[in-house]
Amino acid sequence: MTFLTRSGDKIFHIAIIGLAALAFLELIVPLASVIWVSFFENKIINFPPKGYTLDWYANAWNMPRFREGFLMSLKVGFVATMVSMLVGVPAAIFLARTQFWGREMIQTILLGPLIVPGIVAGSALFMFLIGFEVATGVQIAQTFAGLCLAHSLIALPWTIRLVTASLVGMDRQVEEAALTLGARPFTVFRRITLPAIRPGIFAGGLFAFVISFVDLEKSLFLVGPGSTTLPIAIINYLEWSIDPTIAAVATVQIAAITLVMVVTDRFFKLTRAF
Amino acid sequence: MSSITLNKVTKRYGSLVTVDALDLEIDQGEFLAFLGPSGCGKTTTLRMIAGLTIPDGGSIHFGNREVTDLPPYLRNAGLVFQGYALFPHMTVAENIAFGLEMRKVDKRDIEPRVTEALRLVRMDHLADRLPRQMSGGQQQRVALARAIVYRPDALLLDEPLSALDAKLRHEVRTELRALQKDLGLTTVFVTHDQDEAISVADRIVVMSNGRIEQIGTPDGIYERPANRFVAEFIGTSNFLSGSMDGKDRFKLASGEVIGFGHVGAGSEKSTISIRPEQIRLRAPSTKPRAGVSGNEIGATVESIIYRGNMTEIVVGAGAQRLTVHQQNGFGRGVPEFEPGQAVVLEWSPDAAVLL
Ligand SMILES: Nc1ncnc2c1ncn2[C@@H]1O[C@H](COP(=O)(O)OP(=O)(O)OP(=O)(O)O)[C@@H](O)[C@H]1O
Ligand SMILES: [Mg+2]
Repeated sequence: MTFLTRSGDKIFHIAIIGLAALAFLELIVPLASVIWVSFFENKIINFPPKGYTLDWYANAWNMPRFREGFLMSLKVGFVATMVSMLVGVPAAIFLARTQFWGREMIQTILLGPLIVPGIVAGSALFMFLIGFEVATGVQIAQTFAGLCLAHSLIALPWTIRLVTASLVGMDRQVEEAALTLGARPFTVFRRITLPAIRPGIFAGGLFAFVISFVDLEKSLFLVGPGSTTLPIAIINYLEWSIDPTIAAVATVQIAAITLVMVVTDRFFKLTRAF
Repeated sequence: MSSITLNKVTKRYGSLVTVDALDLEIDQGEFLAFLGPSGCGKTTTLRMIAGLTIPDGGSIHFGNREVTDLPPYLRNAGLVFQGYALFPHMTVAENIAFGLEMRKVDKRDIEPRVTEALRLVRMDHLADRLPRQMSGGQQQRVALARAIVYRPDALLLDEPLSALDAKLRHEVRTELRALQKDLGLTTVFVTHDQDEAISVADRIVVMSNGRIEQIGTPDGIYERPANRFVAEFIGTSNFLSGSMDGKDRFKLASGEVIGFGHVGAGSEKSTISIRPEQIRLRAPSTKPRAGVSGNEIGATVESIIYRGNMTEIVVGAGAQRLTVHQQNGFGRGVPEFEPGQAVVLEWSPDAAVLL
C-alpha cells in the first residue's frame, strides 16, 4: 500500500517536472533560435548555416531606420513609463483605498486594453485624434506627443493593476499602527505604505516600459515621419526582404528588455511583486 | 496619562450592533481588563478608544479632552494589535523608535529609551532583527514595547500576551503590571484568560454582545457575579433553581429552604449560584460547622476526580448535580468519601448569590 502511494508520488513528481520543462522549452526555443539565426552567414535563412558572422549587426546599424527606430522606442518607452507611474500610482492608491460607487466598474474597464485587439484600439485612438484635430486644429496623431500619449494609455492599466495588487496584499493594520503611534497620513504613506508597495511600483514601471517598447499594432496608425518605432521599422523591412538583419535587430531588442529587467531586479526581487 | 470616559458609545455594522451604548469610566492609572467571548466587541471598543474606528454615537474623553472625532495620531494612545502589526521593513529597534520619532524626541534620547523598552520585554538581544525573522511571541513582545515606549495617555492592549508560553507570559505580565503602576499608565487589557484578568487587573469588565454584563474588582466579580452569564464565564459555579420564600429565604426545587448573602442585578431571582470551593461535604452523622447552619442540603456522591491541587467531587441532590472542589494539602488528598455515599453539603450564607 505504502509502496503504491510512493510510486504514485514519484510519477506525479516526474510529470510535473516534465511539463514544466516543456513549457520552459516552448518559451525559450523561439528566442534562442532568433538569436542563433542573427549570426548565420547565409542571406537566405536555412539550416544548417554555412558559417557565422557579425555582419548583420553592422548591416542593421547602418540602416538609419533601425537606429532611429531603436532610439525612438527607447524615448517613447521612457516617457510612457514616467507618465504611467505619475498617473498610475496615485490612481491605484485611490482605487484600492477608497470606497465609491462604480469602483468595480472602473477596475473592469482597466482590463479593457488587455481584451480589445490592439489594432482596433489603435485605429479607435487614431480616429479620435483625427476628430480632435478637425475640431481644434491641433495635430496630435502622427506626432511624437501622440505616440507618447498612446503608449501611456497602453501602459497605464498594467501599472495600475500591479500597484493595486501590492496595495491589496498589504496588511492595513500596519498603517493603522503607524497612525496610533502618532504618524500623520502623509508620513504613514511615505514611511510605511510606500516601502511596502515598492516592488509593485517597480514592476509596474518595468511592465509599462516593456509593453510600450514592443508595441506594434496600436502604434501603426500613429507614427509619422520622424517618429517610427523599432517594431514598425521591423515590419516595414519585412515587407520587402527577409534576411538575418531582422534577427539581429530582434536580438538587440531582446537584449535591451533583458537589460531593463536585470537592472530592475538589482534594486529588488521582481518575483516579490507577483 | 489621563482617565478615559466612554459615554453611550455605539458602533453598528449593518444591522449588527457591535457595541451597544457603552458607558465606562477608566480612572487615571487604572489597569482595566476586558473579558468576554469571541466577537463580543472588545477589539471594536479598543479601536474606538484609539480612534481607528469612528463610533456611530456617544462620546469619548481622555481626561477633560474630548477625543471622539480626533484622528488617531492626535490622541496619544498606544495600541497593541491582536495581530501585532509590526512594520515589516524596519528592525525591532526601528519599530520601537517610530513613536518617539513621531514625537520629535531628541535623537540621543531615543536609543536608551528603546533599549529600556526592549529590556522590559526581554528582547534586547534581538534589536537588529526584522519582524519576519522572529517567532510570534517575540513579535508580540516587540509590539508591546513599541506601544509603551512613549508613555501613552491610554495604553490599549488587545490580547498582548496570547502568543507567549505560560512561564514567559507570567513574567512579562508581572513586569508590565509593575511598569504600568510605576508610570501610572491608564491601561485597557483585553484577554481571554480569566486567571490573568483576575490576577493583574484593578477592575474587570465582563462583556457580551456589545454590552457590559458587569464591572467590578476581581473578587467582586468572582464572588458576587451580577448574573448567570458572569458566574459561568468567570470560573465555574453551581446553579440551584427554585423560588423566593418570603423576603430573605429561597426555596429550592427539592423543597429545602436556604439563605443567601448577595443578590445579583437581574430581576428573575430564580437561581442560587455557589462556587464549587465554597461547599463543604460532611457525613450525615457529624455535626454542622459553626456559622453555616441553615444552609445545608442532602446529596449523594457520584464521582470523585483527583485534580492535583484539589479534588473534584460531583454529587447529586434531587434532580440537580453539583460540583464541589476540595483543596488538597496538609495530608489531605486521599478522598474521605466514596461514590454512592450519602453526604450533607453545607456553605456559609455569604457564599450563596441570588440571581
Ligand atoms: N469592519 C467590520 N465590518 C463588519 N463587522 C465587523 C467589523 N469589525 C468587527 N465586526 C463585527 O463586530 C463584532 C465584534 O468584533 P470584535 O472584533 O470587536 O470582537 P472581539 O470581542 O474582539 O472578539 P475576539 O475575542 O474574537 O477578538 C463581530 O461580530 C465582528 O464580526
Ligand atoms: Mg478581538
